[in-house]
Amino acid sequence: MSRLEKELSKEVTVTNELGLHARPAAMIAKLSMQAASNVWLIKDDEKVDASSIIDILSLSGTKDSRITLRIEDPSDTEVLEQIAALFEIGFKE
Amino acid sequence: MGTENPEEIVLSGISGSQGICIGKAYLVDREGVDVIERYYLDPQNVKKETNRFKQAVNKAKNELSAIIEDIPEDLRQHAYILETHLLLHKDKMLYGKTIELIENEQINAEWALRKASAAAKAIFRNMSEPYLQARAADIEHVADRILRHLMGTDDVDISGINKRVILVANNLSPAETSQINLDRVMGFITDRGGKTSHTSIIARTLELPAVLGLEQATAVIKSEDLIIVDGNEGIVIVNPAEETLLRYEELSRRYEEHKKEVIRRGDLPATSADSKLFRIMGNIELPEEVVAVKDHGGDGIGLFRTEFLYLSRIDFPGEQELFDQYKEVVELMAPLPVTIRSLDINGDKEISTMPTPEEANPALGLRAIRFCLKRPDIFKTQLRAVLRAAAHGYVRLLLPMISCAEEVTESIRLLDEAAAELDEEGIEYSRDIEIGIMIEIPSAALMADMLADLVDFFSIGTNDLVQYTLAIDRGNRHVAHLYNPLHPAVIRLIRHVVDAGRHKNKKTYMCGEMAADPINLPILLGLGIEELSMAPQSIPEIKNLIRKINVDDAEKLMSTLLAQSSAADLHQIIKDNYGELLFEDIYAE
Repeated sequence: MSRLEKELSKEVTVTNELGLHARPAAMIAKLSMQAASNVWLIKDDEKVDASSIIDILSLSGTKDSRITLRIEDPSDTEVLEQIAALFEIGFKE
Repeated sequence: MGTENPEEIVLSGISGSQGICIGKAYLVDREGVDVIERYYLDPQNVKKETNRFKQAVNKAKNELSAIIEDIPEDLRQHAYILETHLLLHKDKMLYGKTIELIENEQINAEWALRKASAAAKAIFRNMSEPYLQARAADIEHVADRILRHLMGTDDVDISGINKRVILVANNLSPAETSQINLDRVMGFITDRGGKTSHTSIIARTLELPAVLGLEQATAVIKSEDLIIVDGNEGIVIVNPAEETLLRYEELSRRYEEHKKEVIRRGDLPATSADSKLFRIMGNIELPEEVVAVKDHGGDGIGLFRTEFLYLSRIDFPGEQELFDQYKEVVELMAPLPVTIRSLDINGDKEISTMPTPEEANPALGLRAIRFCLKRPDIFKTQLRAVLRAAAHGYVRLLLPMISCAEEVTESIRLLDEAAAELDEEGIEYSRDIEIGIMIEIPSAALMADMLADLVDFFSIGTNDLVQYTLAIDRGNRHVAHLYNPLHPAVIRLIRHVVDAGRHKNKKTYMCGEMAADPINLPILLGLGIEELSMAPQSIPEIKNLIRKINVDDAEKLMSTLLAQSSAADLHQIIKDNYGELLFEDIYAE
């Protein structure tokens, strides 16, 4: 992974008990909609659009799943960090 | 119009609801009941159509935002689902996909949205986790809201569905059936379902002719085909020839006349030929239906199903909302009794509020009283509303799906607890409620002598009692024909219940659909059931028949009937003895 690619992605873990259910998905989607370009969630070999609740839910992100966040535009780093922070605090659940 | 006349086709199914209607067929999209038209756009109108869709989405969003703002503070924690819905309005799988479909396929927005939501729902339905499976309902709610705005605000092409149609569907769920717009539907026919499926029950309530279990109606019939639905005989005629049409217009007229005549006498009491008085009550789901019960001469409400307030919504209804509804019904009916059945959900109806763990056999699973006792918070809210309503009239409480004594004692304990709470809070209520149990599980029927000590009355729910006794899923068309209330085992169980009750001075009523079928009447009267409850529309007819039956004779016939080994033999004996009396009016040529 190149240095640039590294900057554009971040590894997170689902820590909350219920996993990526509707409420966390809505929180992620809301943030991603503010991004200048695409934001992706990647789990194993599945890659979904972080601005779509339906897409996020279809990822089946249960507790302890490892997920890679990826942005395409360096100006979206702030969004990336905010989403990562949500994972860290377990979506305030 | 083609040059050759299409051939007349007769399809036979099961009579779901009586009556005859003649009209244009409307094929319902498999995904739901909303009457949605599909049409292709002229290329220059595509842009207009996507704008129309975007406008509808915005209106739907605004409407939902207003709803969220109106949610009281203490319920705010439930609002997040609605916030999720708000975001779903613009989700690319729904929003983006719909626009893409309008542009690529040049189809109208309603149809495109229906396609997009069906695809999104399919993603969830195929997931293994029950929580995610249940999310399909969220998509449906959102799509429905947009759809309402699409169809409501649009004056371009609703002319095609403004006329009244006959719905043709593969199957209709209870929720779908409840959404049927009466102004647009004159009858309905389905491939699946039978006499006791919810579709039939609702059809009878709405007084719409219905024929079910046709198997291939959706394959044979096209939208706009002229069809005749004969709910009396259980047949559907597609593309009728002119003489058939004339014959049915005459039949329809005669049927309506007969119905009017019977209804005229509906208010009179149901007194048998040998002067025994029976009470004929109405089954209802919605408070509005009280009017139908009164109009048809009902002697009270024998079954008030309370599930509808719980279905198709995000949260659980609060005590005040339930109370308002129950009070309205109780006051309208007073001084006649209103039998409120406590919540019966998670059987073949499922509740959208809770993600339900997958159950292989929902009919044998966590439903009705089992669910209520597991969630005493939800149960008690309802019990409190019932107790409060009891202060305004004559209330009976009916507990569904009782299978053992403990469920009864625990329910009564919760009722007393709820009463004590109301007492402490100084809220007006009445504990003067008759408590009854549904006899619909064979174990309860067999234990009736013991259970009689705990309750004031029994009410036999025949639909489930037959299903559980005979191990037949009435919704499964491969075995539905084996479903028969006249099975000797069912008759024996009912007799046991009535006798056990009588021994302890407790009355036995019946609120299943068996009570409304004339063929069963001599047996039910002969067994000593004193009160029958049914769809309001059936009340006048049943009252009319009771007036012709001599109950003493029916009792005498019981020993012969109980000696039969098959339902067919029972049926034949009733027909031989009562056929003329029971059927002369309806089938008079």
